[in-house]
Amino acid sequence: MEELEQIVRILPIENYLVLSTILFSIGVLGVLMRRNAIIIFMSIELMLNSVNLLLVAFSTYMQNATAQVFVFFIMVVAAAEVAVGLAILVMIFRNTRSTDIESLKKLKW
Amino acid sequence: MNMYTIFHQISGNALLLVLIPLLPLIGFFINGIFGKSLSKTLSGAIGTLTVAISFIIALTLFWGLDASFSPFVVNLFEWFSVGTFKVSMGFQYDQLSALMLLIITGVGTLIHLYSSGYMHNDDGFQRFFAYLNLFIFFMLVLVLGSNFLVSFIGWEGVGLCSYLLIGFWFKNPAYNDAAKKAFVMNRIGDLGFLIAVFMIFFQFNSINYIDVMESAKGMASNSPILIAITLLLFVGATGKSAQLPLYTWLPDAMAGPTPVSALIHAATMVTAGIFLVVRSNVLFSLAPYTSEIVAIVGLITALFAASIGLRQNDIKKVLAYSTVSQLGYMFVALGVGAYSTAMFHVTTHAFFKALLFLGSGSVIHAMSGEQDIRFMGGLKKKLPITHITFLIGTLAIAGLPPFAGFFSKDEILAKVFMHNPIMFWALAFTSALTAFYMFRLYFLTFHGNFRGTEKQAHHLHESPLSMTLPLMVLAVASTLGGFLGMPAIMSNYNGFESYLSPIVSPSHGEHPSHMFEYTMMGVSVILLFIIIGYTRNRFATKQVIPVDVSEESGFAKTLANKYWVDEIYDTIIVKPMLFISQKLHQFFELQVIDGAVNGIGRLTNYGSQALRLIQTGNTGMYLIFMVVSIVLILLFNIIS
Repeated sequence: MEELEQIVRILPIENYLVLSTILFSIGVLGVLMRRNAIIIFMSIELMLNSVNLLLVAFSTYMQNATAQVFVFFIMVVAAAEVAVGLAILVMIFRNTRSTDIESLKKLKW
Repeated sequence: MNMYTIFHQISGNALLLVLIPLLPLIGFFINGIFGKSLSKTLSGAIGTLTVAISFIIALTLFWGLDASFSPFVVNLFEWFSVGTFKVSMGFQYDQLSALMLLIITGVGTLIHLYSSGYMHNDDGFQRFFAYLNLFIFFMLVLVLGSNFLVSFIGWEGVGLCSYLLIGFWFKNPAYNDAAKKAFVMNRIGDLGFLIAVFMIFFQFNSINYIDVMESAKGMASNSPILIAITLLLFVGATGKSAQLPLYTWLPDAMAGPTPVSALIHAATMVTAGIFLVVRSNVLFSLAPYTSEIVAIVGLITALFAASIGLRQNDIKKVLAYSTVSQLGYMFVALGVGAYSTAMFHVTTHAFFKALLFLGSGSVIHAMSGEQDIRFMGGLKKKLPITHITFLIGTLAIAGLPPFAGFFSKDEILAKVFMHNPIMFWALAFTSALTAFYMFRLYFLTFHGNFRGTEKQAHHLHESPLSMTLPLMVLAVASTLGGFLGMPAIMSNYNGFESYLSPIVSPSHGEHPSHMFEYTMMGVSVILLFIIIGYTRNRFATKQVIPVDVSEESGFAKTLANKYWVDEIYDTIIVKPMLFISQKLHQFFELQVIDGAVNGIGRLTNYGSQALRLIQTGNTGMYLIFMVVSIVLILLFNIIS
């Protein structure tokens, strides 16, 4: 474990910050700009994992394991969310033959 | 505390005492719950027997009761307690409640028996008996209560039963109105009673009759609080006992079936006010100011109602006004401090007024529902028993010796004379009016030629035994009842007065001179015969038939229209109330309250109409909104 920490600390914390910010922004933009539901899902996962990365980096630099517990939580929740979300997506696809998020907008007003 | 311990603690006489009101209550539950599945005979038998057994128990307890008996109180359970103030559900048995128990259950039994014949063709037979039993129960609670609040339960209960029974034929809107009128009028009086109870608690820190009377004895005469308490109690009494100005419900209460009129509106419920005053006679004795008002109100009511009775053509209306008038008599007696005399008149009046009402019921039954005496006449041949018993009742109320009414009325007159001769003359005049309208009623109904339709003439028949038997029993009681309290000149021993002596403070010892009393009796009897002769000549021999209300003229028109009291009340109270209510309805209800409620609804409606357009169904838009909002929240947090 000691070794791993050493490896992580090779880079200064700013690099991790910048990387996860970039990843997060890519995720946000992906969610906002893409219309394919599967891509949007992937973007959401990207955002979650950028946060995980940041949490792990902070945890290592602060010598505090609490953040790592958070990470596991986020992974579990993300897995559950994906399971439900993909199931919905499959049903949408079966009914509309498309994964376009705009394909289901009849239920309004 | 469970039922076992209750019955374990009270035993012997106390248990019997509790059974008296309990039996009619059981009868009520049986008839009220299982009524529809019981046959009429069974239902009538249950209703009658429960009251009859109560009567027998009351008689057993009464046996050997005399003035030396000290009251005993049965506390069933603690009803409620507030701080150190405890109210227990208790019954008090003493000379006064014993007397009332006998009247209520005795007359009640006869009226139940009578009803089983009278109501036999009615669909609501079981319901009727359930109500009657409930009424008897509440009336017994009223007279047995050991404190003002328990009596108040009964007081309200009889008001409720009166409402239910007046509106018994609820399909007729006029009857419902009469029932509502009785209820509302009674409520006005009830409020007085209730406030009086509050003030009694405030003053004496207890509401038990025994405690209150004991601590009141030490109080100064005519203290303001006592005057206030007694006046408010009297307001309660005017409501229940139909005195001016709250009497108008009683004549209207004749809408109920005739046995109800006999039971509630003649023999028992209307005497509740008298009972209350006698129960708290210690307070009234200490407030001569109130007593004077009681006497004056009673006197005016007696005269007022008797004069109205002169020109009524409905057989039950005449009797109703006569009841109001006789109750006025009793209040005069209470006002002059002759409490035992008032109770004596309550007793004799219960006999002969129940008799007269039941007799009129028998007449109405025979006449297929006709109540107007102008269409009767000559009934004495067809209804011999009703005729004889009705005659006895008439003689009793008119005050011919030796019938019951003579003794009690004579005693009231004698007591009033010692108090104030002017009141005496007014009351004596009322007594003459009473004789007049009663014999007018009697001769028009039973003498002369029959004036009804062919169909009615064909249908005329004497009532069945279940109806005539109570008439006969009551006739005997009306004949002999007066000997319970002989006037001083005939006997040294006034049984009634000495019997009640532990309850009421002795009335003024002085009696009018024997000479005066003999003269008074002689004059009243001669006057009575003159009145009988005159009415007989006018209504039986010449057969003058009273005209319709609309054809009356002069003062008679005023009398026939009952002094327009109903119309006056209508104009000065009901109409303004309705007017104000309507205005409030139009403005406050429709504009303000409805406006506010509808406004909120409309606002929400418009708001959502506008807001729902935001929901475009475009998921991309939603996501943008979400992201922008989150960014804004973050920015806001950073700035603040």
